[in-house]
Amino acid sequence: MLLNATEINIALNRLACQLIENHDDFSNTVLIGLQPRGVFLAERLKTLLEKEYDIKNIKLGYLDITFYRDDFRRSDKPLEANKTKIDFIVEDRRVVFIDDVLFTGRSIRSALTAIQSFGRPMEIELLTLIDRRFSRHLPIQPDYRGRQVDAINGEKVKVCWKENDGEDAVYLVRN
Amino acid sequence: MELSVNHLLGIKYITEADIQLIFETADHFKEVINRPIKKVPSLRDITIANLFFENSTRTKLSFELAEKRLSADVINFASSNSSVSKGETLIDTVNNILSMKVDMVVLRHPNPGAGVFLSKHVKSSIVNAGDGAHEHPTQALLDCYSIREKLGDVAGKKIVIVGDILHSRVALSNIFALQKLGAQVKVCGPKTLMPRYIEKLNVEVETNLHKALEWCDVANMLRVQNERMDISYFPTTREYTQQFGVNKTLLDSLNKEIVIMHPGPINRGVEITSDVADSKQSIILEQVQNGVAIRMAVIYLLASKIKRHED
Repeated sequence: MLLNATEINIALNRLACQLIENHDDFSNTVLIGLQPRGVFLAERLKTLLEKEYDIKNIKLGYLDITFYRDDFRRSDKPLEANKTKIDFIVEDRRVVFIDDVLFTGRSIRSALTAIQSFGRPMEIELLTLIDRRFSRHLPIQPDYRGRQVDAINGEKVKVCWKENDGEDAVYLVRN
Repeated sequence: MELSVNHLLGIKYITEADIQLIFETADHFKEVINRPIKKVPSLRDITIANLFFENSTRTKLSFELAEKRLSADVINFASSNSSVSKGETLIDTVNNILSMKVDMVVLRHPNPGAGVFLSKHVKSSIVNAGDGAHEHPTQALLDCYSIREKLGDVAGKKIVIVGDILHSRVALSNIFALQKLGAQVKVCGPKTLMPRYIEKLNVEVETNLHKALEWCDVANMLRVQNERMDISYFPTTREYTQQFGVNKTLLDSLNKEIVIMHPGPINRGVEITSDVADSKQSIILEQVQNGVAIRMAVIYLLASKIKRHED
């Protein structure tokens, strides 16, 4: 186990404070959770910002990047698209992508292309709970990171959430 | 999850799981076509040829739009202004096109089984856009998808298909699809336009339109296919309309509000009146919109099975 529930909670609070430092009252900011697993983190952060830090009217959307992936027809992984729900305008807004683990960076590249279908944001930032150092395939880095982790290629970092898996924890899974 | 087939030649060759996968994928594409930029880049390295050996407006446009929204390269072929009139065979026509490195072919042809025949002789993925009076799988898929959208689920629903069943590929594909999804199907029309052993497909024949509409939840009205009729199947168009055309008075006399569908093109005043076609019970235009999403789903799922060429 890399992080237990308490450590995750501390990280979430710190990330929320960092977001507030940069985005103030979020009036010109939208949060976008990347499907499938970034949405849990995004919902948690939204609840935290609203309840503990009194930020009102936070706009949260879900973005699915399946059709923008660069490995279409290249891997044998089956298709598993999820819902995209963006009920607001992103044109000229400050966007924060939220994902649980940043690994190669290819998902973020796909998300950058996907968000263009909705408009032209003023700026885009990236928030991840776990940043796997030294494993990037593209020049992409997070603006807000929960914890940095060093893991070798065969290993997997799995983030569990109470709503989905019964507990808040981050595991390093060796194959 | 992926499709169990490499071509979409007919509903009879696919499973219920395939149909559900197509529906789920179409849900995503329906959201895509409602965005400001209605394109996804997935198929930008795929070339698709639309080979239409028979006239078509909406199916051709629908396929072309679906392909372009997926960023594929599209080439169109209409037999009327091509070498087919000079006597070129089907296989030769297709092989000539395929030698220009086309990955997928959308084929509409007057001979039943043309798609199946082609799939055995050429290397690309084939989508049947209608083969004679045999099958029209994407139409059946979008019809069932529209029913699912309007009524929540297809299973357990009662659907009647009204009209020229004998010459209708839409009817046959719909019967297969609706039954695979657990719906009950009846057909209604003049005896002369009813295929001889249709009951063997587990559909009841009803010759009284009012009874059929009382029974059903959804009525799919078919157009009378004059271009496929070589003899007179009924005395006059007026007699057909009186017995099998739907109008507002008839609809209002039923004990519940049924859903009205039509694959198009509509003969206003023949099988359906304008006030019914334009009423809120009709989902004819939703069918057209869903057609693009369904075709995007089918093409996307078939394309994901095409092996990348390692040069």
